[in-house]
This record gives sequence, structure tokens and C-alpha cells, in this order.
Amino acid sequence: MFTEMSKSSFIIEVNHVSKQFEDGKYALNDVSLQVKKGEFVTILGPSGCGKTTLLRCIAGFQVASEGDILLKGEDITQTPPHQRPVNTVFQKYALFPHLNVFNNVAFGLKLKKLDEDTIIKRVKQALKTVGMSDYEFRNVDSLSGGQQQRVAIARAIVNQPEVLLLDEPLAALDLKMRKDMQLELKEMHKKLGITFIYVTHDQEEALTLSDRVVVMREGKIQQIGTPTDIYNEPVNCFVADFIGESNILSGTMIRDRKVNFCDKEFDCVDEGFGENMPVDVVIRPEDIYIWEVESPKSKDRPADSKQEDLDPDDRVPKGKFTKWYGVVESCIFKGVHYEMTVKTEDGYEFMVQDYHEFVPGTQVGMLVRPEDIQIMKKEHYRYNYFEGEVLKNGKVRFLGAEWEADADQTAPFAAGDKVKVQVPFREVELLDYEDEGVLSGEVHYLLYKGNHYNLTIRTDEGYDLLVNTDDVWDHGDRVGIVIPPSAIRLMKGIENGEWRIEN
Amino acid sequence: MKLSRIFDNRRSWAWPYVLFLILFVVLPLLLIVVYAFTTPGGDFTLHNFVQFFSTSEAVNTFIYSIAIAFLTTLICLLLGYPAAYIMATAELKTPVVMSMLFILPMWINFLLRTLATVELFNMFSIPLGEGALLYGMCYDFLPFMIYPIYNTLQKMDRSLIEAAHDLGANRREVFLKVILPLSKSGIYSGVVMVFMPTVSTFAISELLTRNKITLFGSLIQRAFGEGGLQMWNYGAALSLVLLLIIGLTSFFGNKDEQEAQSVI
Repeated sequence: MFTEMSKSSFIIEVNHVSKQFEDGKYALNDVSLQVKKGEFVTILGPSGCGKTTLLRCIAGFQVASEGDILLKGEDITQTPPHQRPVNTVFQKYALFPHLNVFNNVAFGLKLKKLDEDTIIKRVKQALKTVGMSDYEFRNVDSLSGGQQQRVAIARAIVNQPEVLLLDEPLAALDLKMRKDMQLELKEMHKKLGITFIYVTHDQEEALTLSDRVVVMREGKIQQIGTPTDIYNEPVNCFVADFIGESNILSGTMIRDRKVNFCDKEFDCVDEGFGENMPVDVVIRPEDIYIWEVESPKSKDRPADSKQEDLDPDDRVPKGKFTKWYGVVESCIFKGVHYEMTVKTEDGYEFMVQDYHEFVPGTQVGMLVRPEDIQIMKKEHYRYNYFEGEVLKNGKVRFLGAEWEADADQTAPFAAGDKVKVQVPFREVELLDYEDEGVLSGEVHYLLYKGNHYNLTIRTDEGYDLLVNTDDVWDHGDRVGIVIPPSAIRLMKGIENGEWRIEN
Repeated sequence: MKLSRIFDNRRSWAWPYVLFLILFVVLPLLLIVVYAFTTPGGDFTLHNFVQFFSTSEAVNTFIYSIAIAFLTTLICLLLGYPAAYIMATAELKTPVVMSMLFILPMWINFLLRTLATVELFNMFSIPLGEGALLYGMCYDFLPFMIYPIYNTLQKMDRSLIEAAHDLGANRREVFLKVILPLSKSGIYSGVVMVFMPTVSTFAISELLTRNKITLFGSLIQRAFGEGGLQMWNYGAALSLVLLLIIGLTSFFGNKDEQEAQSVI
């Protein structure tokens, strides 16, 4: 036992696992994850992000196309599910309808050919753990959703697995029931000491339950960290947007500890981004201090000038903070706090949460502590880059379509030349009617950046295109895509199969 | 006014069906019962039944027919279950083609199919007889076994199979402990749907054995067709015996099926 354990300090190791489906799409793309014994790890992400596929690879229902999965240091990548010391709790319970509660729970033990006394003892123990002691001989169909889920959990833990895999086990329950079950699951985890790997799309559930959260998107792990890390230090806009409410803005890192956004300079605590680097800034709505100010502030008012602010409770921290001003546009009571939308003089919108109510129309001042400003490296900045080819007819082929480009752009190239095509986010035009565009696609992801939207448009051929727009679109909207010739810039293409990046 | 009220009352819509059932189901059944218990003169008698049970040839034919029906059902089950299983579980690229292949023979007239089978046997110079009879029966009734089983298998929640694997069952155990018990209701329907017609058929046996083998259905057919009016009462008694057997099997079948469904 000792030698086995000493092989690896992790109970589950997922090393560079990819899963490619027949259509060539990746459900998992180079995923690596280590889970310690006894840990409660949650895999979190929107539907289609590959979280369930990852769980199914660990359970053995699907086999990874690449990479390997180790359990206690032993390779189990190809091991069939019935030989793995892991058990799964399925989303829709998957209780055997022809067996009663007792026989459902005893299913795994009977297969192991344990003696009857042991089976009875362990089944009773498991049912006690999930609080279903008196239901042994009930028909599983006569149980409520929550009770069925408990039986499903009992059926898994009775086998004393090394790892318990839970695939959105609470998704089918109503809110109240879900909250209760969350607490019970956490208790169970503590009591049993089994490693839990839990899949959910509910960020609140993930934060409540887990020791560590793994955020996934489109088959890739975005961030792994404790719930606090994930919430306070999101690595990118996707994580920031997915976990909790947030204000996400484009900014510039002027130098270490100094960032510019909303046309103002703010102190922050981040370093090492370089000078004048484009960044994304995240501010949580509850981190913004808000107070009423007496009169409309003129635009040219210095940001740090003294003011006649109304702050009778003395809630706002004193000190040399950058402040900014705006008008409350809406205010919704959320139970514990109020959620307000504040529009600044420069047209940026902020979501602010506060225990005090500021009615729409109120002139307010806002500030945020430097440590509450989260700065993230921008993954994409201003321009889309595509692989393209200049055609004989003077057009350029990229994104699977032919586009008109200005003559001065195509002039330096001969027909057949491979080129790098640059298209600014701002200048892509989206049309309501997909037929009117050169290409059609759908809004795959959208991010509100305070005063504009940053959209990811996925074309029907599967390419992604980033677009900045002031228009409001919804996730899943079908759009026609037009790129005006003036927006297309051509650069020297591939050399040795790689982009020569010119900044 | 009154007429429109009658039409407003939805219960009155059932009358045509009730009439139909009385005319074509209840009345003929009653007639069979009446004929079975009477002499050609119209007096009450048990002679028809006595005649049947005392004629060893008739009783033997009866037992033989049930044995043949039982065997046909068994063969259909053994052939049909795997076929249904493959159709329901394998990720076939052309499940439609597969099911069409099974359903297509049913588009062709039953007698024509049987005659074609006879020609097939003649072509390969295989003697007609018991083997040909079983072949023909299975050929004709196999789809009735496949479809109910296919339906239950197809509706089965795939995650149940995964759950069984997850709990340590290998493929054989998954089949025996989950798939088979859950497809019980389909098997019962299939069995009833094959057994009932095979036990009473006569055309297949007449054609495929050149009348060498007499099944119970033929016995009844002869009583009514060739025996003249005097034999009708005897034929009715035979029909009643068969009816009882079919009734019993489907009654037990239904009971089991209900049990199976109540468990599910």
C-alpha cells in the first residue's frame, strides 16, 4: 500500500488528455489536472465546455484520444469502467427501475460476491449516510427526485470508491432542495473522506462546495484554483464573467501599479504587465463604493479634487483614491443588497452593489480600492488575424470566403501568395439578416465592456471572429458578416509554417 | 332538438362501435359457444367435447400444434432478441434500412410468401415437412417478435447500462442483470404475438407440408369447410378449446407483463 501511494501524491492525474470526436471537433483539448486524495474538486463551465466528457473519461465511459489518466499513479486510460475503483452519480440518477432501493444500493456489492451479512450491513450504513434508512424496500419510482438522488449517492458510496464522480447531480432538483443537498454533500464529503470530482454549470454551487474549482471552456481548462482565487483573481474575461457578476473594461497598464481605464488613471496592485500594455480590468460590483454627491460634476473637474460629497455614514474610505462620477440609471432590490446601474459622464456603465438604495437619477461618486482592481492580460487586442490567400481576381480569400480588399493592399502580392489578414474588431459589420452578409454565423460569446460589446462570432465554417460593437446582440443570434474593403490589411504571410508576428 | 342533443352527448359516439362489436365479436362468439354445446338438431350436449377428447388423433394434433407453436415462439425469440438488440444498441449508420429489411416481407401477401417459400424448398430439392413448417412459421412471424423487443430496448435509458458498468458489472452481467430484466415486457408482447397466431394457423402447414402434417387450425378448418353442416358443432367445440388456450396464454402473458411494468 505504501509503495503504491508513494508513486504519486495525487489520486487522479489527468495528463494532456484530448478527446476528439468523429467530426474532428475537440471535446477536450490538452487537459491536465491533478487531484489530491480527499479533495473536493469541481469542474465548472457552460454547457458544451467538455466538463462532462472529462468526467466520463475519468469514469471510463469514454476513452481519451490522447494523453493518459492515472489513478494512484497507475495508468487507467484504457481500463474499462467496471474495473476502475471509481463510482459515478449520474445526472438523471439512473436508478435501476426493476430493483427496489435496497437492491439498487446492493447492486455493486452483489457483483463483488460479498456475503449477505456484509451486504446488508453496508447497504444499511450507506442508506443511513444519505438519510434514507426507512426506504429500503420502496420502489424507486415512488421516490421524489431528491430521494432518488440520495439513493443514487448511496449506491455509489456503498462501494467505498477511491473517487466519487458526480455529474451535475443536483441539476434536476428545485432551488431549495438543491441548497439543502449542497450542504449535505459537503458534510458527506467530510465524513467519508472520499475524493469528490463534481461537475456543474452552476458557479455558485462550485464556489460553495469545492476545495478547488476547475473552470473550463470549449474543451480547455481556463483556470484552476480555490473558490476565492477564482473569484478574486480571474485569469481572463471569460472566468471573470462566468463566475459572479463583474464589470469588465478595456484598459491600459501604464506602468507597474498604475492602470488607465474609463479615461482615468487608477492605482492598482498588479505588476509585471509592462508599460502601456492593453489589459482587461475586472471590478466586482460589490467592491465599488458609492455615495451621493450634491451637484452634477462638470467634465473637467479634476478626479482627485476636494468635493462636497454627502457621506453621512462615513462609509467611503478616506485616502487618495481615484474617484469617478455618474448618474444612477436603475436600481433593483436583490434581497440583501441593491443592484444599481450607474452611467458615467463618459458613457461607461457600471454595475454597483450596495446595502443602500440610490434611486435612479441620483448623482453619485464611485471609488474602488486598488487591491479590488483585478488586471488581466488581454488575449486579443483590437485586431483579428486570419490566414489568407491573394486570388487572381484581386480578391482575398480568408475565413472560407472571398473578400474585396483595397488595391493598395493587394498590390504588393502576387496571386497565390499566402498572407496574414488583419481586421480590426471595430470595423466588422454585423447584419440582422444572415443572407445579406458575405458570411453568416452566430453570436457565440459576448462580453459587455462598460461602453461596448465584445462579441465572438462563430462562422458556419467554424472560424471565430471578434467584433466590437455598440449594438445589442444576444447569445445565439444569427448574423450576416460584412468586412468593408477598407478594413482589410494584408501582411506578409507564413514563413516556415508559422506566423511572423509583427507588432 | 333531440337529435342534436344526442350528438352533443359524446357517449353516443360510441354506439357505432358498440354495435360493431356486438355484431361481429360478441354474437359470433356466442354462436360458437352455442354450437359447441349443441347437436346439429339444436339440443344441448357435451358430445362435441367428448368426441374431441376421446379421439386420440384430435388430441395429438392439438398437443402437436401447441408444441410447434411453442417451438416457433422459442426460435423467433432466439433469433429476434439478438436482432432487436443489435438494431437498438449498435450505432448503425442505417437503422432505417435495417428495420425496412425486417418489415418489407410483411408488405407481401402472406399466402404468396408461403407459396414462394414452397418454391424455394422445391428449387433446392429440400423435402417439405416439419422443418419446412417451422421455417415458414418463423419466417412469417419473426417481425412480431422483433418489434416489441426492439421498442423496449430502444426506450431503455442508456445511462442505466453505464451505471451498471460503473458499479462493476462486466458486459455479461450488465446484460443479465439490467438489459434482460428491463426488456421483459417486450419479450412478453413478442411471445404472445407470435404464439397466438402460430397455434391457430393452417395455411402455412397445408402449403409447406403438402397436407402431410395436420395442425389444429387445419382440423377446425376441415370441420367447417369439408365436414358439412353436421360438423359445425364439432368445429365450434374445437374452436372453443383453442380460444381457451389462447385466452389463457395471453392472460398469463398480460399478467406477467403488468407485473413487469409495475416493477418498472
